[in-house]
Amino acid sequence: MSVEASAGSAFAALVRRDLLLAWRRRGDRLVPLAFFVMVAALFPLGIGPERAVLSGIAPGVVWAGAVLATLLGMDALFRSDLEDGTLEQLLLSPLPAPVLVLAKVLAHWLATGLPLVLAGPVLGAALHLPAAAQPALVGGLLLGTPALSLVGAVGAALTVGLRRGGMLLPVLLLPLYVPVLAFGAGAVAAAASGLSAAGHLYALGAVLALAVTLAPVGAAAGLRVSVA
Amino acid sequence: MVAHLLTPQGLDGFAARWAPRLLWTAGLMIAAGLYGGLVLAPVDEEQGEAYRIIYVHVPAAWLSLYGYMAMAAAGAVALIWRIRVAEVLLGAAAPVGAAFTALALATGAIWGKPMWGTWWVWDARLTSELILLFLYIGVMALRSAAEDPRAGARAAAILALAGVVNVPIIHFSVEWWNTLHQGPTVTRLAAPAIHPAMLVPLLLMAAAFMVYHAGAVLLRVRCLLAVEPAAALAEERA
Repeated sequence: MSVEASAGSAFAALVRRDLLLAWRRRGDRLVPLAFFVMVAALFPLGIGPERAVLSGIAPGVVWAGAVLATLLGMDALFRSDLEDGTLEQLLLSPLPAPVLVLAKVLAHWLATGLPLVLAGPVLGAALHLPAAAQPALVGGLLLGTPALSLVGAVGAALTVGLRRGGMLLPVLLLPLYVPVLAFGAGAVAAAASGLSAAGHLYALGAVLALAVTLAPVGAAAGLRVSVA
Repeated sequence: MVAHLLTPQGLDGFAARWAPRLLWTAGLMIAAGLYGGLVLAPVDEEQGEAYRIIYVHVPAAWLSLYGYMAMAAAGAVALIWRIRVAEVLLGAAAPVGAAFTALALATGAIWGKPMWGTWWVWDARLTSELILLFLYIGVMALRSAAEDPRAGARAAAILALAGVVNVPIIHFSVEWWNTLHQGPTVTRLAAPAIHPAMLVPLLLMAAAFMVYHAGAVLLRVRCLLAVEPAAALAEERA
């Protein structure tokens, strides 16, 4: 069996396993989604129900909510695998660790990131976001939330060995999330004011491409530090 | 000589000799630079006396980036060659760089109040400097959170390198975000070229801050090595 074939099948097996685990504990995986909805609901309660104000802040609120909800789910990425010893076995296997990280992030994003993408336009509509801006919101979330999960994997890998790593995670990750937030909210705001969102979406795509390339390597290095 | 410096004992001896010398030199250079900047340099035509804060603000802002690059370079060396001294240097460089970043932000706010009429604007430069401070805080927090100082330093090194990749993206994204959303952008020092009588003290202050950075980092290296001398010796024997 060639190494590439075994890496590919291990990738598929790991994605399938993590999705199955997520499905068995689907209550846990819905917490970030519930958090996302609640954060978005706090703003009308705090600011008031004026339509013009809400539609003005909608891009930022939805995007900041997506960033915070992703952050909330990030600590769970490696923790249970570390606790039951799976992570150690994965790192001891001859397969390249970045590929395993990529598989875990993909499954994690499908279980927690994709619901955020689907909930985004609903929350946008609730905050009176113009319909013309909805495609930019969905497109931006589709490109941006995987990048958030990938960058988050680096932070999760670095803190998984710490007893209170979950508290540290926001401090490490929020500065690194700034570009995605700026481009993502910028795309929606541009579309809402009748401009083209293409530039922002291209930039998000570039960030995602960079994250897919570099973040698994960084996260694998972080896991080796944390697990050793 | 160089190989000797790569051992904790060697670096400790080097730091013991050089930290006081560098710090005294930096003190003299800062005194000279401040005299040149605050007394000898001419008054600015547009900004009056208030511009003189550039002699602290601009070098501090330069040093905040220089300090991050120095820290990340130490982190890269620590990760690639697994040299303990580089891990200690990363830990020593982080608070010094963070202090320069905080100084740049504070002096910028003090300067902004008379010049722009506000302590803070969400200008691209200010915002990316603030995020740079957050990156420093993350590196420091991660390094000190680990029970094993060596594992903490290596984790902090990975985070510092992730920050290096991100700093240009953050700057670019914030700049774009800002220019899309906010009207007036304040450009400082937009006036033609800076007069030599102003430039010389500025460069002298920048050089003084670099010397201070080296001295302060070496001083902190001694502290960090003193905290875990047993670990250092064990590492040397291993």
